Amino acid sequence: MSATLLTCRGLTMTFGGLTALDGLDLTVMRGEILGLIGPNGSGKTTFFNVTTGLYQPSAGTIEFGGSDITRLAPQRICRAGIARTFQRSRLCLPLTVFDNIMIGNYLRTDHGLAFNVLRRQALRRQLEACVERARALATTFSAGLGTRLFDAAGTLDMIDRRRVEICRALVNEPRLLLLDEPSAGMTHGETRELMDDLLQVRGRSTALTIVIIEHEMRVIERVTERCVVLNYGRKIAEGAFREVARDARVQEAYLGQAQTA
Amino acid sequence: MRAAPPAIDVAVAVAGVAALTAFVWLFLAAENVWLVVALITVGAAAGSLVQRGRGNARYGRALAAYPRLGAALGMLAVLALAIAFRDQPYPLLMICTVLLFIVACFGLTIQTGYCGIVNFAGAAFFGTGAYTAAAFAAIHGMPHLVLIVAGGLIAALVGSLLILPVLRTRGYYAALITIAFGILFSTFLEVNNALGGPQGLKLPGIDLFGWHFNRDVAIGGFRLSFYVNYLLLCLVLTLLAYAFVRRVERSWIGLAFDAVRLDETAAATFGIGIARWKIAAFTFGNFLCGIAGAIYAMMQGFIAPNNFTFGDSLILVSILILGGLGNPLGVIPAAAIIIMIPQKLQFIQEYRFLLYGVLVILILLFRPEGLLPRSVRDYFPARRG
Repeated sequence: MSATLLTCRGLTMTFGGLTALDGLDLTVMRGEILGLIGPNGSGKTTFFNVTTGLYQPSAGTIEFGGSDITRLAPQRICRAGIARTFQRSRLCLPLTVFDNIMIGNYLRTDHGLAFNVLRRQALRRQLEACVERARALATTFSAGLGTRLFDAAGTLDMIDRRRVEICRALVNEPRLLLLDEPSAGMTHGETRELMDDLLQVRGRSTALTIVIIEHEMRVIERVTERCVVLNYGRKIAEGAFREVARDARVQEAYLGQAQTA
Repeated sequence: MRAAPPAIDVAVAVAGVAALTAFVWLFLAAENVWLVVALITVGAAAGSLVQRGRGNARYGRALAAYPRLGAALGMLAVLALAIAFRDQPYPLLMICTVLLFIVACFGLTIQTGYCGIVNFAGAAFFGTGAYTAAAFAAIHGMPHLVLIVAGGLIAALVGSLLILPVLRTRGYYAALITIAFGILFSTFLEVNNALGGPQGLKLPGIDLFGWHFNRDVAIGGFRLSFYVNYLLLCLVLTLLAYAFVRRVERSWIGLAFDAVRLDETAAATFGIGIARWKIAAFTFGNFLCGIAGAIYAMMQGFIAPNNFTFGDSLILVSILILGGLGNPLGVIPAAAIIIMIPQKLQFIQEYRFLLYGVLVILILLFRPEGLLPRSVRDYFPARRG
C-alpha cells in the first residue's frame, strides 16, 4: 500500500477565460489531515469540485487509491470513497436529520423497487439498524443532535446543520473526507467545538484522511499536520503551518507585495 | 413504543370521515343550484374551522397510531356513497371519475411532488392509456385486464421517450417540454384518422373474467346501476395506487426522489444517480396515469381528443397544488373539489378554467402548501420508538 492516497498532476480548470486551477500538482498522504489555504478565488473549492467530479478538469489527472478517477461522474467518485461537505450548506432542509444523513448512506441502501415496496419487514430491520448508526454518529457530535433525528433539518441552528452535513459525509465511511470551510458562519467557540468532535471521530478511525479548506487560521494551526497554500490556482507553498505562515510568497499572496524602499 | 392516543382521537377521526361522507352525499344529491352554493359555503367554513381548531391534528394522531385506519375509513366512505346512490348513474359516474383522477394525480405526485419533474402533460398520459385501451379493444378476444395494464405500460413507454429531452434540461425548461408534448398529443389525435380523428373512438364496457361491468346488478330485490361495478374497480385501483405511492415515499426510494428534487448536486455527490431516479419517477407516474386513463375510457364508452387537452393537464396540476404538493392524502379532497363543483354548477361549466385559475391563485396566496401540507417522512408510522 503506497503512502499517498490522492495525487493530482497538472490539474487545470478553466472557465472561459478564467483559469481557476493552473497545472496544480498536489499529493494527499494516507491518514493525514491536510489544510488547504489561500486567498479568496485561489482555486480551493474548485479543486474540491474537480476532485468530486462536479467539474470536468480541462487538463491533468487525478489518481485516488491507485486508480485514475479523472473525469469520472460524481457517483463513481463517491463509490471510490470520497465524501465532502459544501461551503454553503447543501442540506435538504425540509427533510429530517435522519433523512439527510441517510442521503450519505445511499450506496448501502440502494435496493430495487421490490425490496422497498414489498419486503417491508426487511426494510424495517435495515431502517432500524440505520437509525442506530445515525444516532450513534450524531451523538458523537452532540448529544442533543442525537435526540433530534426526526426533526426537519431546517429547524436546526447553524452549528447543528454543519454537524449534520459532516455526519452525512461520514456515514458511509469514506476513505477521504473533503471539508469546505467548516467554520463559515460560526463563532470561534462553535468552530472549536466542531473541530474537537472531528478530531474525536478521526481518532477512532485512522483510515480516514481529511482535506480541510479553511480561512480560520487557528483551526488550520490546531488540526492540520501539513498545509498546501494555493494562489491563482497554483501551489505556492507546502509544509507545516508554522513554516508556510513565514513564507514570503504566502505573506505576499495574503497581504499584497511588501513595499520596497 | 409511543403511547396509544386517547380513544377520543380515533372517535374524532371516525366522526370526521362520517361527517365528510354525509356532506358529499348531500352535495351530490342536491338538485337546486342555490343549495349547492350554500353547501359549498358551509363546507368551506367548516373546513377552515376544523383547520383552526386543529381537528386535523387529532385525525393525524389517530392515523399515526393506526396506519390502516385512514384507508379503511376512506373505503367505507366510498362504499356508503355507493349504497346511497345505488340506482343513480350520474353521482356514481362522478365518484368514479374523481377516483380515477385521484389515481392519475398519485402518479403526478410521484413525478412532481416527490422527484420534482413538473409534468404538464398528465392528461396526455391519461389519454395515452385511454387510446391504448381503445385501439387494443378493437382486437377481437383481447382480455380486458390486458387492455388496462397495456394502457399503463404504453403510457410509461411513451413517457420513457419524453424523459430523454427532459433529462437534458432543468426546471422551467423541463416543464416547457412537457407542455409541448401535451399540446402535440391532442393535436396529433385530431389529425390522425386511424385513431378516430376529432370524432374520437368508441369502446366496449369492461368485461373481467365474465363479469360484465355494463349490466345492472340485481341483489335480491335491489337493482343497482351498473356503475357500481366500475365504482368497485376504481376503489380497488385507488387503494392499490395509494398503498404504492405511500410505500414508495416511506422507503429509500422516496428518500432518493427527495434528494434529487431538493439538490441534484448534493445527491450526485453521494452517489445518487439523478437520471435513473428521474426515469423511475416518470415511469411510475405515467403508468398510474395510463391505467386510470384506460379504465376511464372503457367506463365512458367513448373518447375524443378534447378529453385530453393541455387544459385537462392543468386541472391535474391544480389538484396537486390545491391538495398540497407531495402529499397523496391531499389529492383526495382536492380532486373531489375540482371535479365535483363544476359538474354540480352546470352554469359555470364554461367558466370552469376561470374557477380553477382563481382557486390556484387563492391557494398560492393564502395556503401555499395546499389543503394538507406534506409532513416529514415517517417510514413506519406508530412503530418508531
